[in-house]
Amino acid sequence: MTTSDAYLVFSRFGLGARPGDLMAISSAPKAALLAEIDDPTSLFLANSDLPSTADAFTQVREFQRARDLQRKQADAAAGLAPTGSDMMAGGAKTTAPVAAVPAAKIAMGADAMGGGMGVMGGMAAPPATSKPIKPGPDAYQTITPNPSTMMDAEIAARIDRALAAPIGFGERLVAFWTNHFAVQTAADEVVRGLAGAFEREAIRPYVLGNFGDMALAATQHPAMLMSLNNATSIGPNSPQGLKSGKGLNENHARELMELHTVGVDAGYTQADVTSFAKVLTGWTFGRGENEPEIYGRFVFRNYAHEPGPQTVMGKVYPQDGVDQGLAVIADLAKSPATAKHVATQLATYFVADNPDPALVKRLADTFHKSGGNLKTVTLALINSPEAWAAPAEKLRTPQEFLWSAVRALKLDIKPGVVNRTLADLGQPLWNPPSPQGFKDDAATWLAPDAMTTRVDVAELLASQDKTLGDPVQLASDVLGDKMSSDTKTAVERAESRGQAVALLLMSPEFQRR
Amino acid sequence: MKNPFVTDAMLCTSRRTFLAGAGALTAWAVMPKFAFAGQTRDPRFLTIILRGAMDGLAVVPPIGDPDYPALRRDLAIGTGDFGPTLTLDGFFGLNEAMPGFHALYQKGEALIVHAAATAYRDRSHFDGQDVLESGMTGPKMSENGWMNRLAAVMPKGDGIRPISGLAATPTVPLILRGEAPTLTWTPPDFKPAGSDTISRLVSLYTHQDPTMAKVLSAGVSTDELAGDGMDPMKRQGGLAASFKQVAAGSAKILLQEDGPRIAVLSYDGWDTHTNEGAETGRLSGLLSALDGALTALADGLQPVWKDTAIVVLTEFGRTAATNGNDGTDHGTGTTAFLFGGAIKGGRVIADWPGLKPNQLYQSRDLAPTTDVRAILKGVLRDHLGVGEPMLTAQVFPDSIGVKPIDGLIA
Repeated sequence: MTTSDAYLVFSRFGLGARPGDLMAISSAPKAALLAEIDDPTSLFLANSDLPSTADAFTQVREFQRARDLQRKQADAAAGLAPTGSDMMAGGAKTTAPVAAVPAAKIAMGADAMGGGMGVMGGMAAPPATSKPIKPGPDAYQTITPNPSTMMDAEIAARIDRALAAPIGFGERLVAFWTNHFAVQTAADEVVRGLAGAFEREAIRPYVLGNFGDMALAATQHPAMLMSLNNATSIGPNSPQGLKSGKGLNENHARELMELHTVGVDAGYTQADVTSFAKVLTGWTFGRGENEPEIYGRFVFRNYAHEPGPQTVMGKVYPQDGVDQGLAVIADLAKSPATAKHVATQLATYFVADNPDPALVKRLADTFHKSGGNLKTVTLALINSPEAWAAPAEKLRTPQEFLWSAVRALKLDIKPGVVNRTLADLGQPLWNPPSPQGFKDDAATWLAPDAMTTRVDVAELLASQDKTLGDPVQLASDVLGDKMSSDTKTAVERAESRGQAVALLLMSPEFQRR
Repeated sequence: MKNPFVTDAMLCTSRRTFLAGAGALTAWAVMPKFAFAGQTRDPRFLTIILRGAMDGLAVVPPIGDPDYPALRRDLAIGTGDFGPTLTLDGFFGLNEAMPGFHALYQKGEALIVHAAATAYRDRSHFDGQDVLESGMTGPKMSENGWMNRLAAVMPKGDGIRPISGLAATPTVPLILRGEAPTLTWTPPDFKPAGSDTISRLVSLYTHQDPTMAKVLSAGVSTDELAGDGMDPMKRQGGLAASFKQVAAGSAKILLQEDGPRIAVLSYDGWDTHTNEGAETGRLSGLLSALDGALTALADGLQPVWKDTAIVVLTEFGRTAATNGNDGTDHGTGTTAFLFGGAIKGGRVIADWPGLKPNQLYQSRDLAPTTDVRAILKGVLRDHLGVGEPMLTAQVFPDSIGVKPIDGLIA
C-alpha cells in the first residue's frame, strides 16, 4: 500500500486527514480502518453531559412554557390582549406561519431556518444571548436551555469528536445512517431540541449492530414520530378516533416503507401504505406531565390504535396492539428489497455515484444473509476491491468538506459557526430539505452557486488556520502523494498564507473523494 | 471560550441558506435564435415548481360543488363559517391569500387549470417530482429534464453573456439537468471570495478538473450578473420577503437583454400533513408568500410582460378529505396556474370530476382529468413555437395521446 491508499482511508471512508495522519497509517491503511471500527468507543461521543431524549424533551417544554409566560407578561405590560398563540397546546401543533413572526426574530434565527421544505415549522428560538431580559416579544431569547443552545451543545460534542477521531469512519457511518433515517429540525422546535439525542440514542448504538433494531429505535423515537407526524395519527375506528373524529396521518408509514426500508420500487400499493399507517396508529410518545414515567418516551396507546388485522404487502398481520407494528417493521427490515435499497445507498454514499453493480449485489447479499448485521455489511464494504479501486469522482458533501477542513487546519470552531456554515453550504445538520435526507452525488453539490459559496467558506476557514506552518508542508501533510504538481505550484505561488490554505482546501484533491 | 471564531462576514452568511430554502431559480444558458434578428416577439418562459405537493382544493376550492364542505371539513374555506374566497367563475373560488394573482386573473393575464396531474399515479414526493421534472411517463426513466430537452430543440442563438443559464437553487434540479448548459444563482450575501483566489482556482481546475473549472466559472459570472446593490439587511423579513426577493432577483436577471429566456424557479414547503391552515395558518402563509412572489415577477418583468408566460406546477395534489390531523396526505389531482402577458387568462379550465366517493381517484383523491403535459405542450407550441412532433418526440416522450390544449396563449 502507498500513501494513496492511506489518503483513500481518510477521504473515502473518514473525515479527512489531520497533519501527520497519513504518515501514521501509511504502512497499514486498511488495518487502521478496521481498528477504528473494532474500537467500541468510536461510535459514541465523549460528552456525557448531553441530555437523554426524555430530558431533552423536558428542557424544550420548560423553555416553551417560560417563553409563553414571558410573552404574556410582555403583552400585558404593553396593554395588549393575550395573543392566544399557545404554541404548546396539544403538543403537536406546528408553529404559526412565519409571516406572523416579527422580522427581528427571523434575522437571528436563520440557522433555525436551515433551508428546505419544512421551513414553516422551523421557527425555533434564536440563539441565546447574554443581554439582560427586557420586556418585549424577544425577551424569551434569553431563556436557556432552549432548542438553539441545546443544538449548540450537541454540535460542540461532535466538533470534539471530529477532531479526536483517528480516522472518522465511525462518524461517517453515523452520518450515513442519520441521513437514512432523516428527521427534519424544521418540522418542529421539539425535533430541533431532540435531533442530537435522536442520533445518539436511535442511530449510534446500532451503526455496527442490527438494522432491524435501528429501524425500530428510529421509528419509535419522539423526534421521528414528530417529524413524520405519526405521533398524532389516530385509528379512525379506535376509541379515540370514534370519540374525536380524528383519523390517520399516513406520512410516517409511507416514508418508513419508501425511504427507510424496502424502497419506492418494492411493489407496495396505496392500500399497503394505508394499512401500515393503521398498524402504526397508537405509536406515539408521552407528552403529558401527568405521566412522568413516559414523558418524552415512546408509548403505545391502545385507545388510538386501529383495531383488527391488517394486510401489508400480501401478508396478514393479526396481532393485537404494538406487536402488530413490531411484526411489520421486522418483516420490512429483513425484506430482500430493503437489503438492495440499503446496499445501493451505502455503496453510493461511500464509493461512487454509480457504484459497480457487483459491489451493490455483494453488499445486498451480505445484508440479507446476515439478517441485517451492519458490522458484517460494513466489513464487506471495506473488504471489497471496488471500494478501493473506484476513481475519486464524488465531491465531498458540505459536511464532509467542513469536517475535513476542521481536521486539516485543526480549527477551533464554534458550534454556531458550524451550524451556519453548513446551512450556507446547503447541508444544515439534521435539517435536510425533505424526509429523503441529503443527496450525496456530485451532480447535486458540484453546482455553480454551491461552489462559489464553498470558495467563500474556504477563505474564511483558511483565515482561522491553527497549523501556522508552511502551507506547502501542510498541503503535503494532508494530501500526501495525491498532491498534484499543479496544486503544489498553486499553493507555493499564492499571494498570502491565507490564500495558499484556501487553495489547498479548494484543490481538486481535497474536494474530490 | 478561546479564539472566538465569529466574524461579521460569517454572520452574514446565514441569510443565503434561508433564501435558498425559500426559493430557487435555474435557466438555460443560451438565448434562442428568435430572441435576436430584429423579431418583434422575444418570448420568455418560466416554470415555477412548488415542491411538497400543493393542495389544489384548498387553493382553488370548488365552492359550488355540493360535496365540497363535508369532505373538506376544517379546510372547507369559502363555505359555512369560513370567510369568502376571491371570485373566479362562481363554481371555483380563489384562496383569499392570493389577491395579487386574482388581480392578474381579472386583467385576463392569469388562468387556472384544475384537476390536473402529471402521468404519475403513485404518491412518493420524490418520484412525483422526478416525473414532473423529467417529463417522462414514470419515475427514474431519464437523467435529464424536459426543460433541458426543450432548450436542446430550440433554435440556438448566442450564449448568454456573461452567464449560461440560471438556478436560484444551490444545485441544479432535474428539470434543467442535461446537455443544454445551465447556471445557478442565489442572492450573494457573502463577502465574496477575492477574485484573485477565484481566478487562481479556475486556472488550477482547468488543468486538473475541467468540470470543476466550468462550474466555478459559471457561478462567478452569475453572481456578477445578479449584482444589484441590494442591502443585505433588507433581504430579511420572513418567508414572504424571501419568496418575493428571490422572485424579484430572478425577474431582474430574466429581464436582461442578454439574460436567459427559459428558466425554472422552485419553492419548497407545501407538504401539509398537519394543521394545514387553508384560511389562516401554514398554507395560507405559503400562498401569501407565493402571491407576493408572483406579483414581484409580474412587476419586475413588466417591460417584457406581453411576451412572458409562466406556469406554476406541483408534483401532485393531496387527499380530497382531510386526514386525522387537520391536514391532508399525498394525493393526485391538483391545480396548475398560468400567468403572464402572453396568457389568455381570466378563466378556470376544468373538466371537473366531482367529489363524490365514486368520483374520487381510488376513492380518496381529486381525480385527474387534465394531463400537465397537455398544458405544457399547448404553451410550448403556441408561445415558443416548438412543433408538436418535436414536443412528442423529444420534450415529452411517449405523449402522443396527450394533445396540447389550444388557446392558452393570447
